[in-house]
Amino acid sequence: MTETTIGLFTIFVLSVFVGFEVISKVSSTLHTPLMSGANAIHGVILVGSMIVLGSGHGAAQLTLGFIAVVLATINVVGGFVVTDRMLEMFKGRDRRK
Amino acid sequence: MSRAETIELVYLVAAVCFIVALKGLSSPRGARMGNLIGAAGMLVAVAATFATPGMHRVWLIVIALVVGAAVGVPAARSVRMTAIPQMVAAFNGVGGAAAALVSLAEFDRTAGHTGFGTAAAVVFSAFVGAVSFTGSAVTFAKLQELMTGQPVVLPHQRLANATLGAATVGLAVWGLADRSVAAVALLAVVALALGVLFVLPVGGADVPVVISLLNSFTGLAVAATGAVLRTTLLIVAGTLVGASGTLLTRMMSQAMGRSLSNILFGAITAAPTVAVASATSDRPVRTGTVDDVAVQLGYARRVLVVPGYGLAVAQAQHTVRDLADLLEGRGVEVVYGIHPVAGRMPGHMNVLLAEANVPYEQLREMDDVNAQMSQTDVALVVGANDVVNPAARDSPGSPIYGMPIINVDQAQGVVFLKRSMRPGFAGIDNALLYDAHTTMLFGDAKETLTALVAAVKVL
Repeated sequence: MTETTIGLFTIFVLSVFVGFEVISKVSSTLHTPLMSGANAIHGVILVGSMIVLGSGHGAAQLTLGFIAVVLATINVVGGFVVTDRMLEMFKGRDRRK
Repeated sequence: MSRAETIELVYLVAAVCFIVALKGLSSPRGARMGNLIGAAGMLVAVAATFATPGMHRVWLIVIALVVGAAVGVPAARSVRMTAIPQMVAAFNGVGGAAAALVSLAEFDRTAGHTGFGTAAAVVFSAFVGAVSFTGSAVTFAKLQELMTGQPVVLPHQRLANATLGAATVGLAVWGLADRSVAAVALLAVVALALGVLFVLPVGGADVPVVISLLNSFTGLAVAATGAVLRTTLLIVAGTLVGASGTLLTRMMSQAMGRSLSNILFGAITAAPTVAVASATSDRPVRTGTVDDVAVQLGYARRVLVVPGYGLAVAQAQHTVRDLADLLEGRGVEVVYGIHPVAGRMPGHMNVLLAEANVPYEQLREMDDVNAQMSQTDVALVVGANDVVNPAARDSPGSPIYGMPIINVDQAQGVVFLKRSMRPGFAGIDNALLYDAHTTMLFGDAKETLTALVAAVKVL
C-alpha cells in the first residue's frame, strides 16, 4: 500500500463531508439506533487489529494484536446485534399498519 | 489485478456499504436494512483481510475472533432494553481500546523508521482511544448504577487535569521527537486517567450525550489508526463515524437546550447550585387512589401519556398500551408525548413503545403536545420527572434551566406514577409534585398501571 500522505488526507477530508451530509436530517426517534449503528461501524478497527496480529513480531506486538482483535470483535458483533434488536421493535409497528 | 488491489477494491465496497448503512439508519424505513448492509460490509472487509499478502497466524486470528464473538453476541442478545445505553457505551469503549492498541503495536513494529506524520497519528490514536476506553467505562458505571449518577468533582480536579494535560503534552513531544514507543505507551496510560476525570463531572442525565461524543472520539481514533496502517477503509469508516457522531452529539445537546461545554464542564466551572429540595420537601403531597384516577381518566376527553425511564425500568410498555386501548374504547383521545431525551437516550421511549405496538400516529413530539396542552384533561406521567419539571422553564438557578420540557403543568390535571418522591436522574426536586392539580400514585409503574386497567374496566 503506497498511498501518499496527502492522498490519505484527501480521503479524510472528503469523508468528513460525507459523514456530515449523510445524517443531516434525522428524527430524534432514530438517534439511539443511529448512534449504535455508527458504534458498530467503527468496529472496522477489527481489520487493523487483524493486520497487526497477522504481521507482528515478538510477544508484545502479538499480545497487543490478540487483545485488539478480541476487543474489536466484541465491538463489531455486539454493535450490529444490539442495533438490530432495537430496530426489530420498529418493525412490529410497520406490520400493524 | 494484483491481490493487494483486489483487497483494496473489496475495502471500497465495504466503505460504500458503511455510507449506505448510515444513510439507511437515519430514516425509519431503511434503518434495519441499513444496519444489515453495514454488517455485510464488515463481513466482506474481514474476509478480504484474511487474504492480505503476508498474513500469518490465521488460526490465532480465528481464535481471537471466536473469543470476541463468544463475549459480544450473548451480551448483545441478553441485554434488557433499559440497559442498552450502557451496552452501547461498553462496545464503544472496547473499540477505542482496540484502536489505541493497534497503533501502539504498529508503532513498535515500525520503530526506527516511522515517519513524523505516522508517529503523530499514533500519538493521537493512543490518546483518544484510551480516553474513549476509560470514559466509556465511567459512563457504563454511572448508567448501570455501579456508582452515583450525580456529577462527581474530585478535590483539586482542575489541578489534576492540568498536571495530566501537561504530562500528555510532554510525553507527546518526547514520543514524536525520539519516536519512543515507551513514551507513547506512558501517554496512553495518562490518557486512561484523563478519560476518567473527563466523564466523572458529567451528571447522569447528560451521560447519553457523552456516550455519543465518545463514540465520535473512537471513530476519529480509528481513522488515525487507519493513517498509521495506511488502510483507507479505516480512515473512511472512522471519519464517517467521527463526523456523524459529532453532528449527532450536537443535535442531542440541542434537544436538551444546553451547550456541549456546559454539559461537559458545567460541574467543574459552576458554583454549586443551591439544593431546591430542602425548600419544598416538607410540603404536602396529594396521593390519590387507583379508583379516583381511573374515574379521572375514564371520563376525560383527552389524555396525554408522558413516558420516562420509570416506564422502561418497570417494563410497563405493554400495560400502558392496554390502558390506552381501553380508554380509546371509551372514546377518550389518547396520545403519547415523547420528550426528545426521555429515558436515558434519545429515542429510548419510541423504541419501547414500538415494542408494545403502539401506533406510530399516537407518538407525538414535544412541541406538538405542548401546543394542545390546554385541551388536555389529564397528563399521565409514567416514570418521568426531569422532562416535565417546570423548573427548567421558570427557575434560572436550576441545573436543568433552559431544557425544553413537556408543559404538563398546563394541563387540566396531572397524574404522576412514581416509585417514590425521589427526584429524577438530574437530582432536582420537582415543584409540580406538590401542585394542587397533581395526583400522585406511588408504586411500580407496571403494577399501578395493571391496577388502573382493572379499575377502568369496571367503570
